[in-house]
Amino acid sequence: MKVQLRQPPLPQQATLDERDEALITLIQTGLPLSKTPFADLGKSLGMDEVEVISRLKCLIDEKVIKRFGVVVRHHELGYRANAMVVWDIPDDSISELGSCLGQFDFVTLCYRRPRRLPEWPYNLFTMIHGQDRDDVLENVRLLVESCGLTEVGHNVLFSTRRFKQRGAIYRKTEMTD
Amino acid sequence: MSHIRAGMNDLIKDIPDELDKHLLNDFQYGFPLEPRPFKKIAERLGTTEDVVIDRLNELQNQGVVSRVGAVFRANSIGASTLAAMSVPEARLEDIAAMVSGYSEVNHNYQREHHFNLWFVVTACDEQALNAVLDDIEHRSGLPVMYLPMQEDFHIDLGFDLKWT
Repeated sequence: MKVQLRQPPLPQQATLDERDEALITLIQTGLPLSKTPFADLGKSLGMDEVEVISRLKCLIDEKVIKRFGVVVRHHELGYRANAMVVWDIPDDSISELGSCLGQFDFVTLCYRRPRRLPEWPYNLFTMIHGQDRDDVLENVRLLVESCGLTEVGHNVLFSTRRFKQRGAIYRKTEMTD
Repeated sequence: MSHIRAGMNDLIKDIPDELDKHLLNDFQYGFPLEPRPFKKIAERLGTTEDVVIDRLNELQNQGVVSRVGAVFRANSIGASTLAAMSVPEARLEDIAAMVSGYSEVNHNYQREHHFNLWFVVTACDEQALNAVLDDIEHRSGLPVMYLPMQEDFHIDLGFDLKWT
């Protein structure tokens, strides 16, 4: 196996039944923009809106759903610069520093990932958006200062081209509309 | 259909109006999970349900809104990984298009680094995930560095948009 996924302090793998899975499959591409979106969503699943809503609330409680709401595209809103800023954090302080970095609103992702030595020494990945490059770099400086990272190696990987961006499709579905 | 039907290239010039700003900023989390959510939003913003639905449709058509719905925690369902490749400049366009061609790839960016192509692969399980990574390596003849998430430190409360 090439990728061994590990989920240390994440919530336990939630127990999803078939109906949850069907709901997840259907909701991946977003709610229908209708007056009764939950009822409409439920129709093809044989669920009433009470069941749809209560299952979604459970998925949120169980942290399977991290956030539910309007998902915007930063680039289209004028946040033209984005950089993946990667940090080489000593293993024993990664929780503390990861939590520090993860609390800033301009940090839209903050993940621990494995190092791949020798070519890749970085183990903490943050995504930082800004209106332009200077804005992003200013945010990086703020992070270094606020979380005490002056001794920590980091690298700023600006994106220069976006080839593809859309929500993840976890479950393929035959339904196309 | 609407008063600001902007072409994709013009989007940035259009500072959203007040209603759009609130729609974009105030409901990134805490979306009303109730039978008539857009009516609830309309009440909070002092407008009508029809207008809210119309504006969200328009923002979605413009590509400003990706969707109204769920952001799933990575690996809480399915399996995913970040992956990177170091692609010779002359082949970048072709390899990037090849990678984007997989329905399992949902983000694909060129970045300023020796590892210049970065993408996220998401599949229903590890086996399907590895099959895609193997296939990309095979077709490109280049190694793929895969970096699965091990821990998530981010509290996702959306992104506070600032308009100047």
